[in-house]
Amino acid sequence: MKPASFDYFAPTTLDETLELLHEYGDEAKILAGGQSLMPLMNLRLARPKIIVDINRLSGFDQIASTADGGLVIGALTRLRAVEKSALVREQNPLLAAAMPLIGHFQIRNRGTVGGSLAHADPAAELPALAVLLGCEFSLARTGGARVVTAADFFLGYMATAIEPGELLTEIRFPTWRPGAAWAMDEIARRKGDFALVGVALNAELDGTANLRDVAIVMFGVGGKPHRIESADSILKGRRVEPAVLRALGQAVAEEVEPDSDIHASAEYRKEVGGVLARRALESALARSKNGVKH
Amino acid sequence: MSRKQTIKLTVNGRAFERLVEVRMTLADFIRQELDLTGTHLGCEHGVCGACTVLFNGEAVRSCLILAVQADGASLHTVESLADGDELHPLQRAFQDHHALQCGFCTPGFLMTARAFLKDKPLPTREEVREAISGNLCRCTGYQPIIDAILQAAQDLRGLKEHAK
Repeated sequence: MKPASFDYFAPTTLDETLELLHEYGDEAKILAGGQSLMPLMNLRLARPKIIVDINRLSGFDQIASTADGGLVIGALTRLRAVEKSALVREQNPLLAAAMPLIGHFQIRNRGTVGGSLAHADPAAELPALAVLLGCEFSLARTGGARVVTAADFFLGYMATAIEPGELLTEIRFPTWRPGAAWAMDEIARRKGDFALVGVALNAELDGTANLRDVAIVMFGVGGKPHRIESADSILKGRRVEPAVLRALGQAVAEEVEPDSDIHASAEYRKEVGGVLARRALESALARSKNGVKH
Repeated sequence: MSRKQTIKLTVNGRAFERLVEVRMTLADFIRQELDLTGTHLGCEHGVCGACTVLFNGEAVRSCLILAVQADGASLHTVESLADGDELHPLQRAFQDHHALQCGFCTPGFLMTARAFLKDKPLPTREEVREAISGNLCRCTGYQPIIDAILQAAQDLRGLKEHAK
């Protein structure tokens, strides 16, 4: 028996869930897809006293478009459902492209959108994407609810703005701007593993192929997704040419503050981060020029 | 609330009802409670894929699911593949291509491939490589496994055509 003992609840309604979370506070751990929590429990790195399994809730696994052309995705939506969703491919090609990078398909069959975001692994793809695109997170608690933006949601290493008693219920993706140039890429030891370093990029091109509104978020390079603050000032009004790419790579390598671990040194992550950002910009541009949607 | 719970589920078409500890993983349940020891446990934290089973038709890591979560579910394990002494086309292809040596990882590869081929009946070599990237093999080597899955895809297609 791997996990340490716990009391188990499998509520079937939101109210029941929130009551349990309210009653047990920080002793309760929410079990969604279990693809991060279960390994921690099997290794006894996590020993929650109370497990609140939300898999019996219904209605929180929907993908829908919003009135303004964005997407709203229920927190319990399996990653595999997002991957297979025609609506997601249509309304947010970057989100669709990120899916195959997240774990293996057996993991995506169970893992949930809300679980990945709430777990907030600094090397995970979805948190970086949420920061890049400015997603909004709906948090429910007994007798109330609030919305937190991605910029305020991720606090640090596996730490989020979710307070004891709160449940992440849905995530809103803002309107996708057609014609946006985008890319997502990462280096991992094995396809599907957590990224050693990764990049998510979104930009606009004006009529003369000059860049504007460039947003770049790096992941795997610190405690939480790292927005490259200098990206827009380096790239705004410029064309993608070798000198510009070099400047971007250098800025990324200088700005990120990764840690060293058994898989890669901080120095390596900085270097590769710069290279990935350059490549991302090039592939985003190529995709935009070719009018390729995915 | 309780630390033990009764679950009812179907495994390989047979109905079971058992009282289980809530902290028991589905993988341990399958092996220890049902004596279906074809499902193997390697890493027990979701990395190696040896414990892959079909959960309501989808390939999942049974070490990352609690047995209580399978209440009401339909599971298929590697024991469901062969029909008596008649090997499943995937198993036959693994044998033909020497896609197993020690055999420890094989059940996970077979169940992964089974789900994958249902989704993608005629995959490319590259797609097979990606599909099995979540399963670790430490002795056979991956090339014969890829060959076997491609062969099984052909064989399964042939069977389907034949059935028409």
